[in-house]
Amino acid sequence: MLRIACPYCGERDYIEFLYAGDAAREMPALSDTDIDRWTDFVFFRDDPKGEHAEYWQHQHGCRQWLKVIRDTVTHRVISVTPAIEAGLQADEDKVEVA
Amino acid sequence: MTHYSAFSLFKQALGGNKGWSRAWRDATPKPSYDVIIIGGGGHGLATAYYLAKNHGITNVAVIEKGYIGGGNTGRNTTIVRSNYMIDGNTNFYEHSLKLWEGMSRDLNFNVMYSPRGQINLAHSPAQMDAAARRGNIMRMNGIDAELLSREDLKKRIPILDYSDTARFPIMGGLWQSRAGTARHDAVAWGYARGASDRGVDIIQGCEVTGYLWDRGRIVGVETTRGEIKAKKVGMAVAGHTSHMARKAGLTLPIETHILQAFVTEAIKPVIDCVVSFGAVHFYISQSDKGGLVMGGDLDGHNSYGQRGDLPIVEEGMAAAKALVPLVSRLQLVRHWAGVMDMSMDGSPIMCKSPVEGLYINGGWCYGGFKATPASGWCYAHTIANDAPHKLNEKFTLDRFRRGYQLDEKGMGPTPWAH
Repeated sequence: MLRIACPYCGERDYIEFLYAGDAAREMPALSDTDIDRWTDFVFFRDDPKGEHAEYWQHQHGCRQWLKVIRDTVTHRVISVTPAIEAGLQADEDKVEVA
Repeated sequence: MTHYSAFSLFKQALGGNKGWSRAWRDATPKPSYDVIIIGGGGHGLATAYYLAKNHGITNVAVIEKGYIGGGNTGRNTTIVRSNYMIDGNTNFYEHSLKLWEGMSRDLNFNVMYSPRGQINLAHSPAQMDAAARRGNIMRMNGIDAELLSREDLKKRIPILDYSDTARFPIMGGLWQSRAGTARHDAVAWGYARGASDRGVDIIQGCEVTGYLWDRGRIVGVETTRGEIKAKKVGMAVAGHTSHMARKAGLTLPIETHILQAFVTEAIKPVIDCVVSFGAVHFYISQSDKGGLVMGGDLDGHNSYGQRGDLPIVEEGMAAAKALVPLVSRLQLVRHWAGVMDMSMDGSPIMCKSPVEGLYINGGWCYGGFKATPASGWCYAHTIANDAPHKLNEKFTLDRFRRGYQLDEKGMGPTPWAH
């Protein structure tokens, strides 16, 4: 069983967590109208064979978002950090609402 | 190469079966080829076969890091069908099914194609409507489809749970009678034999480690057995497409995930067709040896690991028990995982790559096995003519940028949910 050490709750089976995919992508600014940058962000993935940065949410625990570095061949979890500390800022890109 | 027939069988039996020749030559790499196909799975071998047969291109090598039939070709649940409804997929998979129907004769190799029929079950009025719509689209494309009622199904597949306490009551389903199963290894062996007989070199135990470049163009491959030049290089390495593309400097709309399959101990015949559950992602059929062959969801996180975790075993078996109660008395004897190219819209990518000299065939998600013959057919055409066949013209890489995704399930770009 893949186990993830939640920094708030301790080590738990991965079925307590919701997988949310690649954490290496950077979302373009919402005001960015460049189609290629958005296509890259929405559809294209590095998909490494080896160390992969990914988001998991501890859905059945503390419900915190985590950034996990995990090896996609051995499934070994290398590090777990709260996503907020890892720099995931939902409100970074402020949009003017008319 | 020995032509297989009742007569050759009889003749070889009289000679103590000592006169059989190898099914395909164990080739050593030449310095250069017209076309190199990376990956000796079903798709790569079929491509080489049709390059030789349909296009007269025989100076071809298929390079396989392991052995023929040792990758995903030998790791799937052997189902073939053509019940797709999005334009671009529908006729491609139907062409594939037509090739399955004639494959044993064409290859002179028994691939054990068994058109035993496949049912997609419906468990709600909305699912019955969706099944009717899919069936109508199929029939308008000349593909067989039949909407069956609960009563029809009770007679046809009595082993399912039709009781009042069934967790997901069966209301009916969409039946395709020409769908069924085929022997997965035999497909790889048959295409390997057919390609080798037409002059294709099949090179096993040879891993491609990189590409040879000349002024921004790919002109061959670096392998564990030395450099091999080629005018064109085509990858057919589903499960490792991202990995091989990265070596060419390409990023793709693909994530790699693992999908498990399960086999029970052998029992007497109880299910004579392929049954797909409509409530959760689960399907079941019975092999000729008697084992129940089952599969379901991905493990759900990026992996190249070729082995699965236990929660999916539990989930799959819970679905099996809900659909076919008698499985609770059976032992699971094997489970394994294959590595999937999960594309961002659930449909494949087959086209020239942005790098000159390199061609991409990948993103098959869970659906690669049934696509084997048409994939080879269309990929050979794409490589030979530097232009797609009409059947794969929508499997482009730039469809994501242009907004023409082929999202059969309507899931959006969450590849672990397709």
